Amino acid sequence: MKQNILPAIRLTIVCMVFFMGGYTLIVWLTAQAAPGKGKGETATAHNRTVGWKLLGQKFTDDKYFSSRPSAVDYHADGSGGSNKGPTNPGYLKTVEDRIDTFLVHNPGIQKKEIPSDLVTASGSGLDPHISVQGAYVQVKRVAVARNIPEQNLKELVTKHIDDPLFGLFGTERVNVLKLNINLDKMKK
Amino acid sequence: MTTEIAGIIFMYAFTLALAIPIGRYIGKVYEGEKTWLDNILHPLDKIFFKLGGINPINEMNWKQHLAALLTINLVWFILSMLILMNMGWLPLNPDDNPSMSADLAFNTTVSFVSNTNLQHYSGETGVSYLGQLTLMLFQFISAAAGMAACATVFIAMKERTTENLGNFYNFFIKSCTRILLPMAIVVALMLVFNGTPMNFEGKAQYISLQGDTVHVSRGPAAAMIAIKQLGTNGGGYYGSNAAHPLENPNYFTNIVENISIILIPIAMVFALGYIIKRRRFAWMVVGVMTLGFLFLLFNAVYNEMHGNPMISRIGISQPLGSMEGKEVRFGPAASAYWEVTTTVTSNGSVNAMHDSFTPLAGMSALLGMMVNSFYGGVGVGYLNFYVFIIIAVFISGLMVGRTPEFLGKKIEAKEMKIASIIALLHPLLILSGTALASYLYAHNPDAYSGWLNNPGNHGFSEMLYEFTSSSANNGSGFEGLGDNTPFWNIACGTVMLVARFLPIIGPVAIAGILAHKKFIPESAGTLKTDTGTFGIMVFAVIIIVAALSFFPALTLGPIAEHFGMK
Repeated sequence: MKQNILPAIRLTIVCMVFFMGGYTLIVWLTAQAAPGKGKGETATAHNRTVGWKLLGQKFTDDKYFSSRPSAVDYHADGSGGSNKGPTNPGYLKTVEDRIDTFLVHNPGIQKKEIPSDLVTASGSGLDPHISVQGAYVQVKRVAVARNIPEQNLKELVTKHIDDPLFGLFGTERVNVLKLNINLDKMKK
Repeated sequence: MTTEIAGIIFMYAFTLALAIPIGRYIGKVYEGEKTWLDNILHPLDKIFFKLGGINPINEMNWKQHLAALLTINLVWFILSMLILMNMGWLPLNPDDNPSMSADLAFNTTVSFVSNTNLQHYSGETGVSYLGQLTLMLFQFISAAAGMAACATVFIAMKERTTENLGNFYNFFIKSCTRILLPMAIVVALMLVFNGTPMNFEGKAQYISLQGDTVHVSRGPAAAMIAIKQLGTNGGGYYGSNAAHPLENPNYFTNIVENISIILIPIAMVFALGYIIKRRRFAWMVVGVMTLGFLFLLFNAVYNEMHGNPMISRIGISQPLGSMEGKEVRFGPAASAYWEVTTTVTSNGSVNAMHDSFTPLAGMSALLGMMVNSFYGGVGVGYLNFYVFIIIAVFISGLMVGRTPEFLGKKIEAKEMKIASIIALLHPLLILSGTALASYLYAHNPDAYSGWLNNPGNHGFSEMLYEFTSSSANNGSGFEGLGDNTPFWNIACGTVMLVARFLPIIGPVAIAGILAHKKFIPESAGTLKTDTGTFGIMVFAVIIIVAALSFFPALTLGPIAEHFGMK
């Protein structure tokens, strides 16, 4: 113990300087060359910042495509999931309530057409995406609310489908913020 | 669907392809051989040695190794307590986050010093930037301490008869500078260029498209995320860990981060093969680990991609699979793959909420941590496996009537006693902890109603998971558990402390004692340890000792929940 305590303290101080200081500095400096300079990339519409490209946000208006439910109400300073277990009766009731709400807002849609991602909360509470089916199933509602032909909206959604990585790995998905920004730009 | 499966097959294949050369590199580092990074990193090591006052060629025996390791951990413990309990008024705190209470600071300190990274706080609100950087420091040095202990065992296995097992500080510093640092820089850069924040500013604010005001937490995230993935730490920058879109922006970063989880644990085994010049032995170890891993993986992926039967019954479609607690950009397959990789190693970062997994997939996570050596943590994973090897050698020796020998050394009563104690420690800590918590809850459900987020068997699983994760030094959680209370902070802190250091002390002691013994050359009577037969033997020992001791608890938790769904 005695012959170890001094090297232990000295070495810890060196590690503090190097890893908390040096390593952090290296990463910070290179971040200055990255898009957004390590401060995060924002999205712009209507001549103002309307969000962060990577972060999902809440859309409750029928005129917009909705994001997934969020356990933290899309607060980007306190992320989190619901942590509800798969068989929890209270949780299953919540899901059924969300389905009922969805059906009220989307007349003409049948229950079995609703994909589960639209009625389950994401892990972060900030999921920026919905599934492809989740976007198409909302087209009818948005078309009525905006008085735009359904066909035009379907084409817009199709244009916003993000392919799997290199077309090979992962999921197909739709970024809700991007879709809604371009939706606002559409002419009637 | 097929692209999701392709994604996880690619990740595993690519990890294995990287692990072989990196394993050889790690072997060279510990052997002190020349590597291509010498020119850059040699001067850096020299600075560390000089300022630290260390003579790297000063050889130590196994007791000196352990003394050095434990002393430096004590220093880290004090340092961390001081910073976490005072960070509220210290610099680098733009969001005015508070200092930690004593019990939370104890839990967090033990958690990060022990390479566990169990988090009873939330990153956005619970720590300042100075706190985050301090925790990041521990992500480097606690991982390196585990690797240094593992290197000691490697050297002990190699030597014929010796007391001298290299220098602890030498292994420690080289693990930091030669292995963790270069890899962390590469991973951090990939993250930064994909949008992960790296700055020192406070929260940002914006007004959303439909007019809500939103605050966004930022900070030096990329640097921390890189090392928490590589060092089997897992402590996330943000509360929701790698599910957070800033912590893990897209499928590419998901691949990078997920490969980082198991790369070093697998590479360490190949490093062993390189150091002791027994490639076949290394492949035997990797084979056994992989067999267990694939079994858990298949179970998790199958159940998650099939979706939650209770949701199917409601009558909506589940085109992707079970989606509660998951992100669309990863999907159930990549989430289940991450879940298994993060629990078989002692990483514990998550890209989906484990609490919401289907019961049997959740059991895969539990089993991965209960065995804790299908790859295992950086360094310590192999140490756990080493204990199982010793037991397997002893049992096989008894079965065929030969003296149990391992790599030319006789295994006798003393080593067996240590190995058995270490093997039984893990079930003891988990089961007695869970039993205590269940007892408290069952006898006074009103007083502890804040604990459980889910009723019935799933609530039991939440408590079982927390103790399993603590004892496995994993750090993931069924996060529904209301765990920032003095009971959970102190109980889990104590479990993490015991479960970190005894399983390091035990194997290093065994290896040190064995290294000291007389070398017996291989003969016709020697039990071969680099064969498939012996591999099956080790696997059987793991199943019997580790998995079956937990079977009753698993029956009360995930298994009962699964059959309750029908």
